[in-house]
Amino acid sequence: MAKPKVAFFDFASCEGCQIEFTNFGGPAFLELLNHVDVVEFREAMSEQTKDPLDIALIEGSFTREADRARLEEIRKRAKIVIAYGACAATGGINALKNHTTDYKDFVYQKDARMPHLDSSQALPISAAIKVDYAALGCPCNKYEVLQILSHLLHGKEPVVPTFPVCVECKRRETVCRYAEGDHCLGPIARAGCDAPCPADGIPCEACRGLVEQANEAAMEKVLMQRAGFSKQRASDKSRMFAANCRADTVQEQKQ
Amino acid sequence: MSQDIRINVHHLTRVEGHGNIVVNVRSGKIEKCEWQVPEAPRFFEAMVRGRHYSEVARITSRICGICSIGHTLASVKATEAALGIQETEQTRKLRTLLKHAENFDSHVLHVYFLAAPDLLGAPSVFPLVPTHGAVVARALNLKRLAHEWGSMIGGRTTHPTTALPGGFSKWPTVKEMRLMRDRLVAVEGELAATLETVKALAPKIPPFARPTEYMALHSDQEYGLYDGVIQTVLPDGNKATYAVADYKKCTNEYLIPQSTAKWTKNRIDAYAAGALARFNNNHGQLHPNAKQAAEALGLKAIATNPFLNTVAQTVEIVHSYHESLRLMDELCKSGIKDEPLQKPTRYGQGAGATEVPRGILFHEYSYDTDGMCLGGNCIIPTNQNHANIQQDFEALVPTLLAQKVDEKEMELALEMLVRSYDPCISCSTHFLDVTFVR
Repeated sequence: MAKPKVAFFDFASCEGCQIEFTNFGGPAFLELLNHVDVVEFREAMSEQTKDPLDIALIEGSFTREADRARLEEIRKRAKIVIAYGACAATGGINALKNHTTDYKDFVYQKDARMPHLDSSQALPISAAIKVDYAALGCPCNKYEVLQILSHLLHGKEPVVPTFPVCVECKRRETVCRYAEGDHCLGPIARAGCDAPCPADGIPCEACRGLVEQANEAAMEKVLMQRAGFSKQRASDKSRMFAANCRADTVQEQKQ
Repeated sequence: MSQDIRINVHHLTRVEGHGNIVVNVRSGKIEKCEWQVPEAPRFFEAMVRGRHYSEVARITSRICGICSIGHTLASVKATEAALGIQETEQTRKLRTLLKHAENFDSHVLHVYFLAAPDLLGAPSVFPLVPTHGAVVARALNLKRLAHEWGSMIGGRTTHPTTALPGGFSKWPTVKEMRLMRDRLVAVEGELAATLETVKALAPKIPPFARPTEYMALHSDQEYGLYDGVIQTVLPDGNKATYAVADYKKCTNEYLIPQSTAKWTKNRIDAYAAGALARFNNNHGQLHPNAKQAAEALGLKAIATNPFLNTVAQTVEIVHSYHESLRLMDELCKSGIKDEPLQKPTRYGQGAGATEVPRGILFHEYSYDTDGMCLGGNCIIPTNQNHANIQQDFEALVPTLLAQKVDEKEMELALEMLVRSYDPCISCSTHFLDVTFVR
């Protein structure tokens, strides 16, 4: 039986999730090549194909209408589409500018109206095409990606945790950031990363997005009362990676 | 014979980000010869507004997945300059070691995976697995080692967690440092093999020369990488230096329609940044083993062939390796202690610079009295190379036409030229397209 054909594609992103793929080392990487055929991966290879794909891994956000056709073309060719990393899965860091309107003027000033600089809201690729699975996080967890691929190759449904990051900190016995006098989005942040940030002494920034029905109002209150944040800072906190997951944004995008 | 050539490389492969090469030659006359950058713009300078100083490096690190350590360090240095924070000696050593890990990691990736396939006539590393399996495995293992070495200090290498304004949030233990040192020592043979591989491929590097201005950090203490002042050297050896705070005076950004990334210039029409620019500025300060490597590979300052950037990267792999062994020894000897984060002493504006694998990187921010960011500016090495790549194109295309190369050969030469810069286009915004019009 022919090996499944896998391809990588990129849109607005830092391409760091693709780089994570080179960090497995020899044995794991070469073993993976025994099970899949990597047929297209622009960042690492010149080979290109128009053939049907079994799995397309797409990194990056959908930020301009001009990219819609390319996304649709990939969707047409691929049996399974995986949103690869936060930018593709939720809009990620790119969506941090979504609530502002003057970003283009701020960066490009007098040149901001040049037509090639056109860019609109940063959205997950699911705003343009149907997405089957997501490897969340910024960067994505490379072992979770292997697990998702492995499940799919074995005909199983990948399981991605839906509980909050706090669960993983407890499991690792990481001291709570609040107990250290810091702040954290762990209570409303979606887990699956094994909570590396609090273990490294920094707050969780919810790079995998928010849990379903996150109590954002309570989170704001905790940020103000326990970490001494201003109302504005507490309210803006989750925009860094989870701007498109916030209730206010979801509501707006529905309208 | 009059030639007609039409090259249109849309989204060049084996580079980070998106760039196009467009060349049109009609009856031997060049009608168009452009390096284009169509990457989707991402507006990071606007994103940091209204964010707390402790979050800013975490945001701007996301400019680039390959040089996220460098972006983090340039960002925390700029924030520290703005907030009047002095780094401790231990922090400086750990950051320098982290910088070397990134340099080693990224150069291994570029030399083996992005540049070498061209010299072996392969479209990528994948077809080389059956034919050059041991070399591919060596490359993957060196990459993995650099990833773990960087992660030991930075928490991880893609978007490091522990490097913060004021110091670190977590430190490696002396035991971990010793173990890592032993692992580095254990790959000394693989390092020598890397040199041999590059030496064997070097004769296939195209001969070409176009003298330009070379910009890099310069320090009296060491080969400029983590820190220093801005220095540029012209082909005649004339040097000029600038304070990091004056970075705008020597970058002079401008925008043109063929690019979503801003371009730069300084003393002449264009300048180059990257390993070759660092070598041309600071070769006298390389580790003795790296100097030997340069000699063995025939690299001499001032080197004006941009294709040799890959060779300069190989020399730096040796430099970063040996400098890191020295730093690890020093840290193991002095011990590594937990140091509380240094606190701001003022709130204002500040700039920071560091060398990322692809060249000199500038970040600048201003903060209000609550420590919230008012705005930022980032000038990325690949942007600084765009104008120089364009000028290389304008010199190389007539040379290739005179040599009567065909369209495919010219396309490959131009692709290899761009790849030799190891561009990071999502950094710069995204970059490359070659087109010949018939």
